[in-house]
Order: sequence, then structure tokens, then C-alpha cells
Amino acid sequence: MRRLQLLGWTAVGTVLCALAVPWFLWGDSTVVAGLPLWLWWHVGWMGLASVVFWLFAQRAWGIGIEPGREGDSSDANGSETSGLEHGDRSSRPATGGDRP
Amino acid sequence: MSVALQLGIIVGYLLLALAVGLVAYRMTDRTSSGEMLGDRFGSKRLRGLIAGISLLYLFPYVMLQQVGAGTALQSLTEGAIPYAAGAGLITAFMILYVVVAGMRGIAWTDTLQGAFMLVTTWVATIWVLSAVGGPGAATEAVASTAATADFLSLGSDYYTPQWMLSTAITIGFGVAMFPQVNQRFFAAGSKTVLKRSFALWPILCVLLFVPSFMLGAWAAGLEVAVPEGENVLPAVLAAYTPTWFAALVIAGAMAAMMSSSDSMLLSGSSYFTRDLYRPFVDRSISERREDFLARSGVVIFASTAFVASLVTPGTLFELGDAAFSGFAQLALPVLVALYWRRTTRTGITAGILLSQAFYLGNLFLEPIVAALEFMTIVPILGELIPLLIGLLTLVLRGTYMGWTAGIVGMGVGLLVTVAVSLVTTPAADERRAIYFERLGAD
Repeated sequence: MRRLQLLGWTAVGTVLCALAVPWFLWGDSTVVAGLPLWLWWHVGWMGLASVVFWLFAQRAWGIGIEPGREGDSSDANGSETSGLEHGDRSSRPATGGDRP
Repeated sequence: MSVALQLGIIVGYLLLALAVGLVAYRMTDRTSSGEMLGDRFGSKRLRGLIAGISLLYLFPYVMLQQVGAGTALQSLTEGAIPYAAGAGLITAFMILYVVVAGMRGIAWTDTLQGAFMLVTTWVATIWVLSAVGGPGAATEAVASTAATADFLSLGSDYYTPQWMLSTAITIGFGVAMFPQVNQRFFAAGSKTVLKRSFALWPILCVLLFVPSFMLGAWAAGLEVAVPEGENVLPAVLAAYTPTWFAALVIAGAMAAMMSSSDSMLLSGSSYFTRDLYRPFVDRSISERREDFLARSGVVIFASTAFVASLVTPGTLFELGDAAFSGFAQLALPVLVALYWRRTTRTGITAGILLSQAFYLGNLFLEPIVAALEFMTIVPILGELIPLLIGLLTLVLRGTYMGWTAGIVGMGVGLLVTVAVSLVTTPAADERRAIYFERLGAD
């Protein structure tokens, strides 16, 4: 369950990074309401990013960051492995977003 | 032109929010990334290395603020306040802030300065736009001038996707490794505050950067003359708003510059005393003496940066880029160490050293080659010099198929850290458990 959640947030993070620049508008100079269209995209996308960050902070804060967030410290063994696994994956949104 | 650069910066901040989020929680109870890794790998030297590298890149960043203030004041006053005086003034203020106020004072001034900057930027944008007939008209002017017509399209021959991604990624990861960002996040104490900042970050970036870079683009279309090597903002304000207002905006910008450099200097001084002086020179230093040392360190550091910014101003962007990319070299080895149990002390040290060597070699290729050419007069060794120079210029080429040395260096750091960790065994005094079992507190 936690694993699935982590994969989901990883995917969301990757898409969020990859489309912060509207690559499909490359070289496009369409102007809408006084600003370039690609800039409108970017403004909107950052608004979306803010909403996603807020949702993440409310629902999944600590996933892949704080090992054993839901368990307690007596479960040292379990949280250790989960910390490792999550760690491996959670470093992906950052690096994964680098090269779309 | 500046449009693409600014976009790169904004993407960088998005990455930054993610990167900082990832790093911050593993670092609780420690005041610097050097201390954190020093504890984990049981290595005083690693701690000192990271502190030393951080101080090295703080230097061009402080210069960036000084050069910025110098040029802004010079163009605002049309030369009445010369460059050197402007840069000197901001240096004096930085020192005063840190020496008099300390950390608590800085948290307050930061908030006020940030808010002031945001408000003045928006008022300036609205003012200029109302003078020229709204954003539609201003954008029309950019589009209709041949020289600036392509400013409105995304990217150009110079601002390629590789360039934009390189810039965005190095800025994002670089900022996450900036000492004052690092320390501020660890000091955030309350989870609620951290969560709120995380969610507001993208919006604040848009609010601050979009108006300022559109002002720059519009200024080009409106044919505001910007003297060589100077900032566009004072010029456009001088053309469309009264002098008192232009002065106010410049004051806002300078306030923001000061707010980042005073926190930087403060973090830098704690790196110096806690990660370098205390472990290597005098472990039993008294608190009073440490405090004195930190303050004199700030004075010396800021004054040296001031002298450097008089002699070699460079362009603002080059300086900023050097600092951001330099810090970014640290990010991946640190992230690997935080998330991968098999990381060894030798691995992370090699990763940090090699990526730094690669990046700094690219940055200083010319002086290095010049120094080597000078060495050809040495007998025997001299014959090897041309070969060495050939090899260096083959490896260090500045850009790699459009990707910058900063981003390639990050890759080098990642690969070396992982590869060396795989072939070495952990040293006996490493504490691998520290991030994985939560037993780390001393």
C-alpha cells in the first residue's frame, strides 16, 4: 500500500518537474492577453504545483523521507528496510525529472 | 533573452522544493550538511571538506550581491555614486547586520525585506505598464521590433533545451545545498511551518519572478537604453517613473540582496567556526572567543569579496552560475549518502572531490593552462606539459553537447560516489545506522 502510494507520488513529482517548461510550445510566440502563451502555461503550472505540494504535505508528508512514519521506533528492523527502499525510489522524482 | 534565463530559475525552484524536502528531514538536530555527514561517516576531514567547499562558493555569491548593488546604484544616480562606492556601501551594511544583529535579527529583517521587494516589484510593473498603455501594448512593442521579436517565443538558438535544463537543475540542487537554506530549513522547528512554506513556494516564485522578468523583456521592446554591463531595471524605471520611486525600488532590490547575503555570511561564519576551526585548530575554544572569531571572519570574508568584486567584476550571471553550480556538485553525493546504506566514506569523499575538480577545472581552465605553459621551462617535466594540456582541454571543454559543466559534474559526482562505494568497504568508525534506524542522536 505504502509502496503504491510512493510510486504514485514519484510519478506525480516527475510529471510536475518535466512539464514546468511547456516543451510542446517550443519556439512558439503566441501572445494571449498581453503575455506569451508559454508564460501563462508556466504560471498555471506553478499554481498546480502549489496545490499538489499542499496535498502532498497534508496526506503523504514524510513518505520516503521519514522512515517508519506510521510505525513506532520499536519496529527498528522494519523501518530500516522500508527506509532503504523508499529512499532508493524517492530520490527519483528529483533526478527523474531532470531528463524527460 | 532574460525570459529563458528566468524560466530556468523558476523551474529550478520547483526542483529545489523537491530536493530540499528530500534532504531536510534526514538532517534534524544537526546544523550543517558537513556536520551531518561528518557524524555519519565518522570523519572530521569530510566535515571540513564540505565546509571548505561551501565557503569557496559563498565567495562569488557574496560578490554577486556587491557587483549588483554597485552597478544598480551607479546607473540609478547616473554615475554620481560610482560603482566602487555602491559596492562598498552594501558591504558595510552586510557586515553591520551580521555583527550587530545575529540570527534573530536576521530572521525578522529577511521577512520585511522580502515583503518590501515583492510589493515594490509589483508597483513598479503596474506603474510602467500604465505609462505605456498596458501589457498588450508593451508586448506588441516587443513583437514589432525586429531585434526583439523572438524574445517572446520560448527558447532560441542560444537558450537551447539542454541549456535551460542544465540551468534549472543546477540552480535547484545548488540552492538546496546553500548553507543558509540548509540551516534555515533545519531550524524551521515546526512541521506546520515547513509544510506551509513548501506549498507556498511555487506561488511566491511566480509572484516575484514573472513581473520582474517581463519588465526586462518589455524594456527591450520599448527601446530603453541599457548601458553596457548594467542592469535593465534602473534604466526602465528611470524612463517611466519618477526618481523617488526608482530609488525606492532599487532600495527594495538592495534590501533583498542584503537579506540573502547577511544570512549567507552568518551561515558561512558558523561553518568556519564549527566545522573548521573547532575540530581542526582548537577544540576547547570558549564561546566568547568563538563568537569573536565568527564576527571577525565575516568582516574579513566580506571585505575580501569586496576587493575581488572591484578587480574582477565578471558578469552577474557568471558569478551566480558559478556559485549555484558549485553547490549543486555537493547535492547528489549527499543525497546518495542519505538514502543508500552502502555509501562508504571513501565513496562519498571521492565523489565530492572528483566532481569539484571537474567543475573547478572547467571554470578555471584558462589560468590552469597558462600556469602549465609556464612550467614548460622546468627540465624533464616540461616535455610532458603539452601532453597534459592536450588531455586537460580534451576533458574540460566547458559544455558537453549543449550541457553545462555544472550538470555534467553532478553526474560525475553521482557515478563516482556509487562506483567507489561499491568497490570499497565501510571504515570501522562509520555509523551506517544513523539515518536508517533513528539511533543517531548523540
